[in-house]
Amino acid sequence: MKIHTEAGERHVLAVTVDNEAGILAKITGLFSARGYNIESLTVADISADHALSRITIVTSGPPAVIDQIIAQLDRLVPVHSVTDLADGGAHVEREIALVKVAGSGDKRIEALRMADVFRAKVVDTTLSSFIFEITGTSDKVDRFIALMRECGLVEVGRTGVVAIARGSEAV
Amino acid sequence: MTEMSGADMVVQALVDLGVDTVFGYPGGAVLPIYDALFKHPTIKHILVRHEQAATHAAEGYARSTGKPGVVLVTSGPGATNAVTGITDALLDSIPMVVLTGQVPTTLIGTDAFQECDTVGITRHCTKHNYLVMDPDRLGPILHEAFYIATHGRPGPVVIDIPKNVQVATGTYSIPNRIDHKSYRPQVDPDADAITAAIAMIAASERPIFYTGGGVINAGPDASAALRQLVALTGAPVTSTLMGLGAFPADDDKWLGMLGMHGTYEANMAMNRADLIIAVGARFDDRVTGRLDAFSPNSKKIHIDIDRSSINKIVPVDLAVVGDAGRALDAIIAGWQDAGHKARDLGEWWRRIDGWRATRCLDFPEKKEDAAEIMPQRAVKALFDATRGMDPIITTEVGQHQMWAAQHFHFDSPNRWLTSGGLGTMGYGFPAAVGAQIAHPDRLVICIAGEASLQMNIQEMGTVAQYRLPVKIFILNNQWMGMVRQWQELTYESRYSNSYSDSLPDFVKLADAYGWTGLRIDTLGELADGIQTMLGTPGPVIVDCRVAQLANCFPMIPSGAAHTDMILQPNDIVGTMDDEAKALV
Repeated sequence: MKIHTEAGERHVLAVTVDNEAGILAKITGLFSARGYNIESLTVADISADHALSRITIVTSGPPAVIDQIIAQLDRLVPVHSVTDLADGGAHVEREIALVKVAGSGDKRIEALRMADVFRAKVVDTTLSSFIFEITGTSDKVDRFIALMRECGLVEVGRTGVVAIARGSEAV
Repeated sequence: MTEMSGADMVVQALVDLGVDTVFGYPGGAVLPIYDALFKHPTIKHILVRHEQAATHAAEGYARSTGKPGVVLVTSGPGATNAVTGITDALLDSIPMVVLTGQVPTTLIGTDAFQECDTVGITRHCTKHNYLVMDPDRLGPILHEAFYIATHGRPGPVVIDIPKNVQVATGTYSIPNRIDHKSYRPQVDPDADAITAAIAMIAASERPIFYTGGGVINAGPDASAALRQLVALTGAPVTSTLMGLGAFPADDDKWLGMLGMHGTYEANMAMNRADLIIAVGARFDDRVTGRLDAFSPNSKKIHIDIDRSSINKIVPVDLAVVGDAGRALDAIIAGWQDAGHKARDLGEWWRRIDGWRATRCLDFPEKKEDAAEIMPQRAVKALFDATRGMDPIITTEVGQHQMWAAQHFHFDSPNRWLTSGGLGTMGYGFPAAVGAQIAHPDRLVICIAGEASLQMNIQEMGTVAQYRLPVKIFILNNQWMGMVRQWQELTYESRYSNSYSDSLPDFVKLADAYGWTGLRIDTLGELADGIQTMLGTPGPVIVDCRVAQLANCFPMIPSGAAHTDMILQPNDIVGTMDDEAKALV
């Protein structure tokens, strides 16, 4: 017997929650308990009184599963709102990566040249290394990191996706 | 506002919330609360013999009264022992508030004596949980916890209270009105959805109501509304295990329970219907059978207070989010306002009567006095003997549970207490304790299997202590019958560890606890034995020996469709493939 899985599509969810102990465990636990995917998850306090946090979750699944994820998140007591950013029209997504590249000679020059093409900033340098800061969509960050692998990549840190809907309305 | 200790605040909040009964077990980390409860004038504490039993007793109390059940246990093992009952309450949507002691805040995280991460462990088996770090928060949190446990889809809420928070003093405050900042369940159904539902019902030629525990949770008025709507539309009704009692079983519109051990007529009607009106039911796998063959040609309306239940398993045509009672009331009002009359469903009922003619609940038996008792007969005899006594029936989990669901009939809600979603062996007896505490003068019977009963049999001591007249009626076939039945169906009768070896003498056990014990061996003794049980004051355990190898039919085998029911043992053919074996 083989176990079948269904193909999914990528969705970005913006979840507003009470900024209370255990909320992140509650949400990640819901995803693991029900077998949903998390491709990336970011969380930070967003209100002046530190009462609310916004969690941005990139997930994937068939449409029925995405609907379930939203309904399951929405019924958690500390969750204020769940928005599927793909539903409301266009949205902006950004991710930051810090990319450390070590080497010398042509590879070092090539790394710097490509960083310029990608508008990555140099935030630290030694005679034998750079740390680049790159901001963009996950695709752009992926492509930059793939190129840096050829130029002496030694370490990567990524934030995961934050996203917000275009236009004047709030979620 | 006067200063008081955290423990006093907990007790004051329970009083203010109208709590009259707490099921619990003391221990180091809850001693301050136990001291505050000492000789309390209005709150009765029921001392169980194991914390799991406290949670099931609270469920029995809640399910039989509609009020939330309250549990008080200590930290560490007290809390972990409660987890099964908490999960049971989550799966069956039972309102429950569990207060757990915790080590002092200064020791949290140090692997202190009897420390466990109670909020971590219960995070995913509660509707919500709290760790209270400040005594001033106790009042608001207790009030909010009861609100959350009882509003929307009911469920269990855990409040973990460190010992120093119980001892420290602070100000007790209660919110004027719970206006929760994020938890606002939708109880009133959307008017457009109601209008659409009425049009779909009015246009349907083969409708069926498929109702569940949500109707019971919505209160007795919801059951009354269901009866009224069924009378108005003339449509048949079937119900899940959890929904039994919402619709009277002696009504000619009643088809019996549906699903794996449901009736042939209920399952065939679901399969052939052109409209399913699901009310407070959640399309559980025990109900649907094979999903791609589930009611293939019907439109489906789903009324549920939990949006996440809708489209979770079966995609529906119309979602109605709201309280089952309010939704039924709105449909009735709209139906009458529009002047709808019941359609002529004669052709539909003729087909249903054809399925009823299979008499799927009949079973083979010998009739002479010396014959062994068929378990179905024992349940029927118990039902016949208690008619008019309005008993509360609890069950454990297994074959006896299904036979009770099939052969014991209910006319009203809150009389049938069983573990549906989690299927917890050991539920029934403590649930009977909770129901009996709530209804001291009612007849409460736990229909048990000899295997399940042993999972919480220590509660015989609780019953003796509080002089509860609980009756336990064991269908003793000396097997974990449902396990054995599956081994027959799936594993060519290799009976791996399903025999109930080394059983106690239940009559002597009764004697040891100061109960009355009696044994029934043959069909000729059955009626008298039941009468003796009913006529004996105080607790009685009946060891009713039944046919050992009887199996529970009808049955939809694992991975099969509603139309592929096994009606009798000799219908079983072939062996099961791996796809079917892999289903639970």
